[in-house]
Amino acid sequence: MAQFMPLSQAVAENLRNGDVAAFEGFTHLIPTAAAHEAIRQGFRDLTLVRMTPDVVYDQMIGMGMAKKVIFSYAGNPGVGLLRRMRDAIENGWPNRIEVEEHSHAAMANAYEAGAAGPPRAVFRGYRGAGLEADRKGNVLVEGIIGIQKEAVLAARRAVVTVEEVVDDFKGLHPNLTILPSWTITAISVVPGGAHPSYTHGYYARDNASYIEWDEIAADRDRFRAWMQANVLDASPEDFAARVASLRAA
Amino acid sequence: MMAGTENQQGFTPNEIMTIAASRALRGSDVCFVGIGAPSAACNVARLTHAPDITLIYESGTIGTAPDVLPLSIGDGELCETAVTTVSVPEMFRYWLQGGRITIGFLGAAQLDRFGNINTTVIGDYDHPKTRLPGGGGAPEIATSAQEIYITMAQSKRGMVEKIDFFTSFGHGTGGDDRAKLGIDTKGPTLLITDLAIWKPDPVTKEFTVVSLHPGVTREKVQETCGWTVKFADRLEETPAPTALELKTLRDLKARTDAAHSGKAAPAANRGSKDG
Repeated sequence: MAQFMPLSQAVAENLRNGDVAAFEGFTHLIPTAAAHEAIRQGFRDLTLVRMTPDVVYDQMIGMGMAKKVIFSYAGNPGVGLLRRMRDAIENGWPNRIEVEEHSHAAMANAYEAGAAGPPRAVFRGYRGAGLEADRKGNVLVEGIIGIQKEAVLAARRAVVTVEEVVDDFKGLHPNLTILPSWTITAISVVPGGAHPSYTHGYYARDNASYIEWDEIAADRDRFRAWMQANVLDASPEDFAARVASLRAA
Repeated sequence: MMAGTENQQGFTPNEIMTIAASRALRGSDVCFVGIGAPSAACNVARLTHAPDITLIYESGTIGTAPDVLPLSIGDGELCETAVTTVSVPEMFRYWLQGGRITIGFLGAAQLDRFGNINTTVIGDYDHPKTRLPGGGGAPEIATSAQEIYITMAQSKRGMVEKIDFFTSFGHGTGGDDRAKLGIDTKGPTLLITDLAIWKPDPVTKEFTVVSLHPGVTREKVQETCGWTVKFADRLEETPAPTALELKTLRDLKARTDAAHSGKAAPAANRGSKDG
């Protein structure tokens, strides 16, 4: 059964050095707050899995947390390339990383195989962002659902950040994507926790931030300074203010 | 933001590229849309001569009708305006592999004369000069969509004799290479650049220039292409953009630029369960 807990505790209890971890999100519902918490806690030697590594994986790679990345499209969509990831692959900064790449269809098949119960576990950890949880710890995901459900079901441990907790999901459409409480390890309430990605119906994608990232990531020193100010010296509570102007009226 | 400068006729090379590409699409098409130039062309088609076209983005949004061009394949507006939104596994299995897509519309970092695309790496794979994003959805789009349209601006760096990595398969080494590999879809049937419209030779499958955009010379096409260009015996001139096409494209770009610079309208509210 899912346990509600602060994000710092959820990450500390469920992530370990050397883990194979997916911070999934197909453009939508990217668990940025959880990734930033992992950066603050300084995990190392992670094998990072994701179909579409974007800004948050660029940050984790640039901070030296990754030894390997498994992916199908590594870019800042519509903006350009991932400059920190490129620096790691092309120049070994801050460390060399291994890459294992597939197509989207192949990655989706791998997650599905994991969800369907393979002879061996494919993924050991997963952190995702959801829309909302009910008081029992069931999690609702809607909008561009990507591979979120399969990623949770493929993982041994699943941590989910949600925008809010509601009493129950009564009266909603019967076919909504709901992950039962017993498929999830821990839930943390982090309003705005997907920013600069977004949460359908709560706040819009911050495209200006994605465009800005291209400049920040272009320079090692500027990158480090940005990470210090916005991640290392920040907390999960800072996310709510970041999406304030992006929220529905 | 418009690449290139306006010519005497009052449009840029990028604009004629997008508009020429949009004309190739029909209202009956079910089009799997790549981000960037393909996305602009597909939406111009939808907003002009093909209002019934079905646009699909790989984020699972089917039948979407965005008011601004999405920055990513998963912007919220794609989902909000879609007929339905499905998961990634369903997208690739039922809708793409199932043969429902009539046109896969792709861009390319590197392209060869047989329509093979590289978006993976420039230089050696293990020690790349430039690490590119990789395949994403394109490798399966290239083999499962009924036909492939490609659009890209011409340059010697982009249109090369030999690509550094085969990300998305076109016509391979030409001829019946696709069929020999058991691929039963048509592959690349159209290439629209900022200078010309190209179609594969029926036998060799090498892309051949069939139409030059207004004011473009054969020499200009050759100067910006890394292989020796073949021209069709009967070379046509691409009709200039109409006033409606140009206005539609420019309005779309203006809305898009305003939205992506942070002046976007906030997200639509999710219906509150508390009433």
